[in-house]
Amino acid sequence: MTDETGTAARDGAAHDVPAENAATHDVPAEDAAAHDTSAEDAHVTPAEGAAANGTAAQDAAAGRVLPVTDLSLVVLIGASGSGKSTFARRHFKPTEVISSDFCRGLVADDENDQSASGDAFDVLHYIAGKRLAAGRRTVVDATSVQQDSRRQLIELARKHDVLPIAIVLDVPEEVCARRNAARADRAGMPRRVIQRHTRELRRSLRHLEREGFRKVHVLRGVAEVENARTSTEKRFNDLRHLTGPFDIVGDVHGCSAELEALLGRLGYVDGVHPEGRTAVFVGDLVDRGPDSPGVLRRVMSMVEAGTALCVPGNHENKYGRHLKGRRVQLTHGLAETVAQMEGESEEFRQRVRTFIDGLVSHYVLDGGRLVVCHAGLPEKYHGRTSGRVRSHALYGETTGETDEFGLPVRYPWAEDYRGRAAVVYGHTPVLQATWLNNTICLDTGAVFGGKLTALRWPERELVDVPAERVWYEPVRPLRTEAPGGHDGRPLDLADVHGRRTVETRHAGRVAVREENAAAALEVMSRFAVDPRLMPYLPPTMAPTPTSRVEGYLEHPAEAFAQYAEDGVERVVCEEKHMGSRAVALVCRDAAAARDRFGVDGPTGSLYTRTGRPFFDDAAVTEEVLGRVRDAAGAAGLWEELATDWLLLDAELMPWSLKASGLLRTQYAAVGAAAGAVLPGALAALDAAAARGVDVDGLLSRQRGRAADAAAFTDAYRRYCWPTDGLEGVRLAPFQILAAQGRSLAALPHDEQLALIDRMVEHDGSGLLQTTRRLFVETGDPESVRAGTDWWLEMTGRGGEGMVVKPAGAVVRGPQGRLVQPGVKCRGREYLRIVYGPEYTRPENLERLRHRFLNHKRSLAVREYALGLEALDRLADGEPLWRVHEAVFGVLALESEPVDPRL
Amino acid sequence: MVDAAILGRVFLTISTTGTPERPATDLGFLLHKHPDRAQAFSTSHGTAHVFYPEAGAERCTAALLLEVDTVALVRRGKGRGRGGAPDAALAQYVNDRPYAASSLLAVALSNVFSSAMKGQCAARPERAEQPLPLRIEVPALPARGGPELVRRLFEPLGWTADVQEVALDAEFPEWGASRYVGLVLEGERRLAEALRHLYVLLPVLDDAKHYWVSSDEVDKLLRAGDGWLPGHPEQKLITSRYLSRRWSLTRRAMERLELVRLAEADDSTVEEIDNAVDERTDTEESPVPLAVRRREAIVAALREAGAGRVLDLGCGQGQLVQELLKDRRFTEVVGVDVSMRALTVAARRLRLERMGERQSSRVRLFQGSLAYTDSRLKGYDAAVLSEVVEHLDPPRLPALEYAVFGSARPRTVLVTTPNVEYNVRWESLPAGHVRHGDHRFEWTREEFRAWAAAVAGRHGYGVRFVPVGPDDPEVGPPTQMAVFTLDAAPGPTAPGPDTPDPDPNTPHPDAPAAKEEKAA
Repeated sequence: MTDETGTAARDGAAHDVPAENAATHDVPAEDAAAHDTSAEDAHVTPAEGAAANGTAAQDAAAGRVLPVTDLSLVVLIGASGSGKSTFARRHFKPTEVISSDFCRGLVADDENDQSASGDAFDVLHYIAGKRLAAGRRTVVDATSVQQDSRRQLIELARKHDVLPIAIVLDVPEEVCARRNAARADRAGMPRRVIQRHTRELRRSLRHLEREGFRKVHVLRGVAEVENARTSTEKRFNDLRHLTGPFDIVGDVHGCSAELEALLGRLGYVDGVHPEGRTAVFVGDLVDRGPDSPGVLRRVMSMVEAGTALCVPGNHENKYGRHLKGRRVQLTHGLAETVAQMEGESEEFRQRVRTFIDGLVSHYVLDGGRLVVCHAGLPEKYHGRTSGRVRSHALYGETTGETDEFGLPVRYPWAEDYRGRAAVVYGHTPVLQATWLNNTICLDTGAVFGGKLTALRWPERELVDVPAERVWYEPVRPLRTEAPGGHDGRPLDLADVHGRRTVETRHAGRVAVREENAAAALEVMSRFAVDPRLMPYLPPTMAPTPTSRVEGYLEHPAEAFAQYAEDGVERVVCEEKHMGSRAVALVCRDAAAARDRFGVDGPTGSLYTRTGRPFFDDAAVTEEVLGRVRDAAGAAGLWEELATDWLLLDAELMPWSLKASGLLRTQYAAVGAAAGAVLPGALAALDAAAARGVDVDGLLSRQRGRAADAAAFTDAYRRYCWPTDGLEGVRLAPFQILAAQGRSLAALPHDEQLALIDRMVEHDGSGLLQTTRRLFVETGDPESVRAGTDWWLEMTGRGGEGMVVKPAGAVVRGPQGRLVQPGVKCRGREYLRIVYGPEYTRPENLERLRHRFLNHKRSLAVREYALGLEALDRLADGEPLWRVHEAVFGVLALESEPVDPRL
Repeated sequence: MVDAAILGRVFLTISTTGTPERPATDLGFLLHKHPDRAQAFSTSHGTAHVFYPEAGAERCTAALLLEVDTVALVRRGKGRGRGGAPDAALAQYVNDRPYAASSLLAVALSNVFSSAMKGQCAARPERAEQPLPLRIEVPALPARGGPELVRRLFEPLGWTADVQEVALDAEFPEWGASRYVGLVLEGERRLAEALRHLYVLLPVLDDAKHYWVSSDEVDKLLRAGDGWLPGHPEQKLITSRYLSRRWSLTRRAMERLELVRLAEADDSTVEEIDNAVDERTDTEESPVPLAVRRREAIVAALREAGAGRVLDLGCGQGQLVQELLKDRRFTEVVGVDVSMRALTVAARRLRLERMGERQSSRVRLFQGSLAYTDSRLKGYDAAVLSEVVEHLDPPRLPALEYAVFGSARPRTVLVTTPNVEYNVRWESLPAGHVRHGDHRFEWTREEFRAWAAAVAGRHGYGVRFVPVGPDDPEVGPPTQMAVFTLDAAPGPTAPGPDTPDPDPNTPHPDAPAAKEEKAA
């Protein structure tokens, strides 16, 4: 243990009444329970009031120091006029103090309107509850002389698992009366009110500890009140200042030899790590195994030497009660411990008893990033202090059901866990320690013949040693994994539903509106692939700024100019394929898909911009994945990127493969209608003209536009070709988004394309297609001209156009904001199927140029940031819900109202 | 205006024949448009031109050409979306409106030929009163329901209808026919009647949602349909389609835009994904009361289970919720669906907004998804999944299983799903077809039982099976229902041979410490 904690423990010992003293009181079980958690508190001082009886005089002179825990509910108790508000003002922040007078004013416009007290206290309790839930110390400034009013406050403190602290201002009645008389608003207060307050206060004093206050400070007389000082104290479980590094060790259960072996492997020499690391034990050191005394001896000496921390397990807790002479059944391996300890000295047993007594239920470490406890702990209990918290930390939570072995079913708290702190725990034996929602169970059943596991923090590396043998037969076989973690179970609606903001590394907070989340939920739930296989959705892309070049709505000149203005010197122009956006997750084999993505069967996924599978038939998907896999393997990418999976951004062709519904109902339909109408209309106009009717203007317009309709039909036909199975299907990857442990989104595009070219080269199946590209220097007119010509040539032959991206991938502009990750520059003919057959007519172009790109550009960057965030979270091995949150955000934003033609 | 527009062509011709005594050119008087002039009229969606390709005594043809301004059509929606972006649902530059004879043409007809439609003709009043030999050509008529429906609509009115399908794309014959037909009507009718037939039936056949129908549309229909609609055999279809366009449009405008955008993002149509509410089959009026039987079976099973607080997971249009509210023993009924549209329809069905406070406190509707766990679903007596599982892709079923049986964990769970074996008994269902376009699978009795038994085993439920509908000795019932019941959990302090310590100092009264110890 370090100096700080040692000091805290000593301070605690100096002030605390040991737990068993509390237990000797003849108090109801609930109070006993509260007192049994002595080690939770910073300082438990039930005898403070008594102490004050004898020492009031000295303390008043010197100025009493009242320890007040940093997170607590402080209840000031005193008659009207006793000086509570003045005291509160002097010792606490104004925002920490809530007074009943103030709340009366809020609800009744009159701070002294006693008829408003009911509502006023509702408000007071509500505000105090909000503060405590947020982890803020709260001081209640009300008379609180009646037990019933205090009971409500104690319940509030318990509800939020903070310490209730009483500070009593016991000031003579005459003083109170005199002060009230001096105040205009209270001058009319009858003397009997103050008399009653004083009477009730006196009557209360003896019971305050019994009522549940965990510290009681009684200040007697005006002088003592005036001279008192408060000192803020940390909770015992708050070790945020300790940053390790740590080696957290799972349930040892008397497996002394395995413990020594593990400590050795971790680098400890006789309990000391040469690099100053700290071991942290998750409890259950004893019972069942061969040498519980040996384990205790080792751990206790390390804790005493400050090279280890230890939290209690339920087995220590029970053994501790046994040592205190309580009646406990010698079951579940306790008999072994008791027998082994009989060979030890009485002094050692006493040491063990003191050690167990002093254990704190859980620790918050490393700036709040790490929580260690025995049985797991929901976030709302981190750093809190109550009997409930201790119970949770030691025993976990059960559902009330029992399994087929007659053992209680544990509540799968880790599935619900959404906290930012990693929770490292033990208690439930599993075969292999695995992360689930930023929690990990290190009990790998050493005593049952499994292994003893440690987690290196912050490295997050697992180190284990096998058990020498089965020391104790388990009642049920070890679970294959931590509770939850399969079947896509941990995703919760609260992770995605309603209005949300997603924190991103690249663009700060991105907001998702409720109606957009609702639409995304519908698509995600009904049509999308398994979220485990959908770690990314592609962002939308803005078009190039609208062109003024005659005859064009989009033209590369604006794209190059825009990037030049953003300070991007080099861009890549990539051919825009005439297909559908596709994301492919390709695992090296089914085992890799299972290990990394938790799915049984598929080796990856192939899905659209909104997460829908491309092929209804899973076998066809597997065939595509197989061909990509073979190409990646032949190109040596698995080894080169040290990965067994790849996430690819690609275009799947032909467009008609997926969009046939749209093509038929919309594009072909327009062509068909035009084709049916035009000949008859032209013939009728010709006939009318022949009769001498003046229809010349109308006729020439119609003739000119017949050509537009034909061009339109040609335009969409280029995106359609027949396919048979995978015959005729092409996949053009243009970016490798991620591989094991890394996001590749920031890899410059030339390197990206080089990797992909090698895949295409090594593709023996004819599925993969390369992406043509040209690099352009935005400041070089020659280069810009070449880029423009390239585009003109490509679109002149009917190509869809190109995408212009900063060559350096993730790039920030002069203001530090992300620049557009790419802009599309669509071909003149292609745009007919976007803006209609006749959009190129000058009068139409002129109107269409009034288009508003800002929202689309903002949307593109926000979606891009969410996509990058998803990839980063995936790379960091963050929980599924964290990746899914960002992916879901992309889908939700896609339903924002933006001109769909952009 | 004309010169600046994107000019599409909606086209229609009306011809008649005549004799020297009663020249065909009288058509010009009846239409109030001179045969020797081309005239242009401004309408709300573009310019309507009327001209006569032929105008002789024997034969006279008037042509109506509507040049639709698509840019204006699209930009009309401008301002609805943010950033001045046109509204997605109303904004399609790629749009058949310029070509197809639709509601736009109907509006143009009524604007340009308003007097003719009323049968007013001061110059030739007697001809307006008499039937004429008419020939009407509509080369591109969008006809939802196909040539068959076109005939059913026009032939009872005395027309001979020649209907030709228009191919979608000659280059892709496998795409089949478009939804357009070329229509030629021939018959002896008064011109005013003919125009009113077209005015009503063109948009009915189009059945599209592209233009705003004003609230006085009922009156318009009554006026235009006077004298022919009441006796028409398809009166119901005509009326509902004509008026339902208004509902559909407002629904799109109010509720579905997000989904429209998501569909567009994926190059698909909104109908492909927003199909949770089946507008075209009203199960309430279906001649096969299977849906009714299903609800009866569900309510009976819930009563038997003694359930008071019930979840209807996948409540759809809220029929079951409505049924449950009729029985006071169901103290709380919660309808959950992932489709916002279904929830809106359900709220409308239940008249939630007008419900009394006491009654409405028993019912709640909210959006939820069984692909996710949901703490709001915990603590109920029973959950019903009626015709839900078959709408999920099989790989997503485990998530549903866990959300319901692992997380929400009601005491009773009812699951109904079609029995695919029974499909051979549906005469209207082609072999090998599922019953609903969105069914991802349909199970045999054996498959369903295997799934249900596995689920029950994994989550500590018992399960029994109840047939719903006539239980065919060979293929079983049309619907199969599984009734899952949570196995009775032992009491919290059930003593056993391995009973934990009766320690009075159990850390906290409601802590599970004692029970927990034996597992650790």
